[in-house]
Amino acid sequence: MNTFFSGTRLRDMIRAIRACKTAAEERAVVRKECAAIRTSINENDQDYRHRNLAKLMFIHMLGYPTHFGQMECLKLIASAGFPEKRIGYLGLMLLLDERQEVLMLVTNSLKQDLNHSNQYIVGLALCALGNICSAEMARDLAPEVERLLQFRDPNIRKKAALCSIRIIRKVPDLAENFINPAAALLKEKHHGVLITGIQLCTDLCKVSPEALEFLRKKHTEGLVRTLKDVVNSPYAPEYDIAGIADPFLHVRLLKLLRALGQGDADASDAMNDILAQVATKTESNKNAGNAILYECVETIMSIEDNGGLRVLAINILGRFLSNRDNNIRYVALNMLMKAITVDAQAVQRHRATILECVKDSDASIRKRALELVYLLVNETNVKPLTKELIDYLEVSDEEFKGDLTAKICSIVEKFSPEKIWYIDQMLKVLAEAGNFVKDEVWHALIVVISNASDLHGYTVRALYKAFQTSSEQESLVRVAVWCIGEYGDMLMNNVGMLAIEDPVTVTESDIVDVVEIALKHHALDLTTKAMALIALLKLSSRFPSCSERIKDIIVHHKGSLVLELQQRSLEFNSIIEKHQNIRSTLVERMPILDEATFTTRRAGSLPAAVSTSGGASLNLPNGVVKPSTAPLVDLLDLSDDVPAAPGSSGGDFLQDLLGVDLSPAPTQSGTNQVQKAGTDVLLDLLSIGVPPVQSSSSTTDILSPIQNEKSPIATLDALSSSSPPSAQATSSARAAPMMDLLDGFGPGPSKPENNGSVYPPFVAFESSSLRITFNFSKQPGNPQTTLVQATFTNLTPNVFTDFIFQAAVPKFLQLHLDPASSNILPASGNGSLTQNMRVTNNQHGKVYLLYSHLKLHSLQFLDFMASYEHSSITM
Amino acid sequence: MIRFILLQNRQGKTRLAKYYVPLEDSEKHKVEYEVHRLVVNRDPKFTNFVEFRTHKVIYRRYAGLFFALCVDITDNELAYLECIHLFVEILDHFFSNVCELDLVFNFHKINYFITSPSKGIHRPHIGSDDSPHMRTLACVYLILDEFILAGELQETSKRAIIERMGELEKLE
Repeated sequence: MNTFFSGTRLRDMIRAIRACKTAAEERAVVRKECAAIRTSINENDQDYRHRNLAKLMFIHMLGYPTHFGQMECLKLIASAGFPEKRIGYLGLMLLLDERQEVLMLVTNSLKQDLNHSNQYIVGLALCALGNICSAEMARDLAPEVERLLQFRDPNIRKKAALCSIRIIRKVPDLAENFINPAAALLKEKHHGVLITGIQLCTDLCKVSPEALEFLRKKHTEGLVRTLKDVVNSPYAPEYDIAGIADPFLHVRLLKLLRALGQGDADASDAMNDILAQVATKTESNKNAGNAILYECVETIMSIEDNGGLRVLAINILGRFLSNRDNNIRYVALNMLMKAITVDAQAVQRHRATILECVKDSDASIRKRALELVYLLVNETNVKPLTKELIDYLEVSDEEFKGDLTAKICSIVEKFSPEKIWYIDQMLKVLAEAGNFVKDEVWHALIVVISNASDLHGYTVRALYKAFQTSSEQESLVRVAVWCIGEYGDMLMNNVGMLAIEDPVTVTESDIVDVVEIALKHHALDLTTKAMALIALLKLSSRFPSCSERIKDIIVHHKGSLVLELQQRSLEFNSIIEKHQNIRSTLVERMPILDEATFTTRRAGSLPAAVSTSGGASLNLPNGVVKPSTAPLVDLLDLSDDVPAAPGSSGGDFLQDLLGVDLSPAPTQSGTNQVQKAGTDVLLDLLSIGVPPVQSSSSTTDILSPIQNEKSPIATLDALSSSSPPSAQATSSARAAPMMDLLDGFGPGPSKPENNGSVYPPFVAFESSSLRITFNFSKQPGNPQTTLVQATFTNLTPNVFTDFIFQAAVPKFLQLHLDPASSNILPASGNGSLTQNMRVTNNQHGKVYLLYSHLKLHSLQFLDFMASYEHSSITM
Repeated sequence: MIRFILLQNRQGKTRLAKYYVPLEDSEKHKVEYEVHRLVVNRDPKFTNFVEFRTHKVIYRRYAGLFFALCVDITDNELAYLECIHLFVEILDHFFSNVCELDLVFNFHKINYFITSPSKGIHRPHIGSDDSPHMRTLACVYLILDEFILAGELQETSKRAIIERMGELEKLE
């Protein structure tokens, strides 16, 4: 034992830490201190427990790991005296939380303390339980807490009430046991117990319909009376806040009444009078008074309709909205969002004020106001409101532009009265904040443009003009480049002039200039440049005079360091040089994109749901791009509804497939992410369209050398099948993001070579002393259950005896641990232990989580265990 | 429901952190950093509310110290604002003068915890260690446990909390 360190007082330690000049020095001091504390703990040093824990709390506060002190807390809690227990519980709440497995060990101590004869110790236990209780503890200790709700001392009753809230939040099934004791608390005279009892009842109403029904029938009147008493109570300095009597009790009572009145006319009726009284009598010049009014308005808005009260409430909000205090304006905006469903007309009256709030300097207010404006928009006011918002877009803060842009786009899409207005507004937004526009928004715009055949000329001219001033806005450039590729000839000839337009004089070479700028602009990304290349290919056929120049540009990019661009250039160059005969057919204008399909794709979440009738146009990016759908793939349930995935090359394979099938530009590149594939596919799709039948052989010809060598058979398979490759492509597409996802997770070998094994084994944990490997398998006919076989190998020269492995899983999984093959782990890797676990998934479609969960959690857990290795193994 | 309570100084050092929802340590540090970033540069005229991920942070500044509560998006912001103030009043009352809090939390200076022993009255003895600073800090946590439990308000009477702390003190 190092006597020097165990003698360090807390103050000296703090001083030493403070004296450190660098972070490294500080770490060294902390490391030394931790070592000393560890030694002291191992020696079971009673005298220094307090000091050790106090030091640990300080070290924890500085952000260093302190998990080795957790056992110390448990020991202090288990000791007999109040002072020890107190600091033990304090440490427990600071150093531990409900997810740490050590917490299971504390359940027994908590149970004893909850039954302790000393009510102060009971109070400590309740406090700890309320703050860190896990679902398991909740189940084990609920009877004790329920009993304590009737304890003689009010301090215990109120703590027990709040503890019960935590318990029913963790395990809603337990709610019914608490209904009666909780309702009894509503009759309490003790202020603290009453306020906590009301909170408990409010939470019960949330989790249990029976509780709600019971309280509604039996206690609405009582609560109305209580509120009446509070409103009319004489001045009580103890509960007075800035001249407002007991605002906290007010607020909580109103909240519970809201729960009771919602959806029940009788209960709502019973509380009308008192709500009117609160709404009219409460003073509104203090924050506390406004808090009551705010809660009261919310209750009025939520309970069953009473015209008079609602007018009162809307008037209060109107007053709030014109208040000079920003906090009050903020809550007014917040509440008007709820009021809009009740009385849209009344809220519309405040439109001008709300629009001003969108321009407020306070981001919180702006955000609320924008949400509200969004709800206020309808067919009649969409034009002026959009104009206001777009005007403001020019001057708004950078960080607000994202939100604002998204909302404007959404409004424009939803309410646009005519196509030309839609295109105009979108172009304005793109020119102003194109970098904030989401991909799906400009994709939608392209679909609309493609469908508005009478506006092609107008749009491309407008885009050309916008490009001159806003060439740094990525999505504007993309749309412009796409339109120029498609309708470049219209730009030049002023085809389809509208009356509102000024004629422009543009030459062929001006147009090629634009595309070339896009291609060479350093700030624009790969997708844009790839689109620019395609536009050039299209223009080369439309503008024979510029053909040579375009060819030069394309040739120049054959040397591009970016594989994607290099490949496209090579292919396009070959089209221009060797395939003159098919070029014009190949680069024909895109067929009109199918709006309905696009909308379904955008809205739909499952890639498989989309029919394959449209040939090319169906393979829009959705399922592959959106990570929200892709990770839902049943990794461990492959046998269930997904045919065997074609190995790790699934993503590339899909890309090849689509690339081969659709366009002469497959997006097969080593660094390309699977998520990207979708975008590129769309890109190809939008630019090239379906190649005419006679060209397909040559297209394939161009491509065949660069196909992914891993999946030639699958590719051929798919090509030879006459039907569109829906099923297979889908399955592989779904499998692919999965692999990608897991690739990022850890060191495990995440490239399965075979289709047979459900998932490859991985090393869950490895340290200098212990290695754990997990193997996965499935029971035939029971796809929801996965067998995990853990293999433990001892790498130290000592034999581990009494070896126990524990595991925990998230709620939606069930874990069954079989006994291990032995509890003795021979030394130096001479043989190993195995233990089987069966994991059953109740929630279909989320199994992938299991793997990552197991992986991540086992790492944490084992990491933690590793620090105990020496102490627990030698014991 | 209150998700967590933070007391931070202007430099972003966390003086007190109490979590009512389970978070990883690394996540806690991230949260503390983000909350600090959100509140530190806001104009005093601005609202005391900032949206934070899917929740809302209600904060209030007292000299150099930020008190922040993270609550549900549907909670009553104004009431929680009052709640912060009540907590500060309780601390203020408890430590007999603001100075002592000053010493522990350093409203004004960057250095902390190393000061002369303070002379507050009702301070409970946490353990046998000789550092008054740690005791004061622990004491603030203990007061908080009498004020808020399981993320909900437990007691709104200053007097009740101070009396309760006195009773517990006698047991030490």
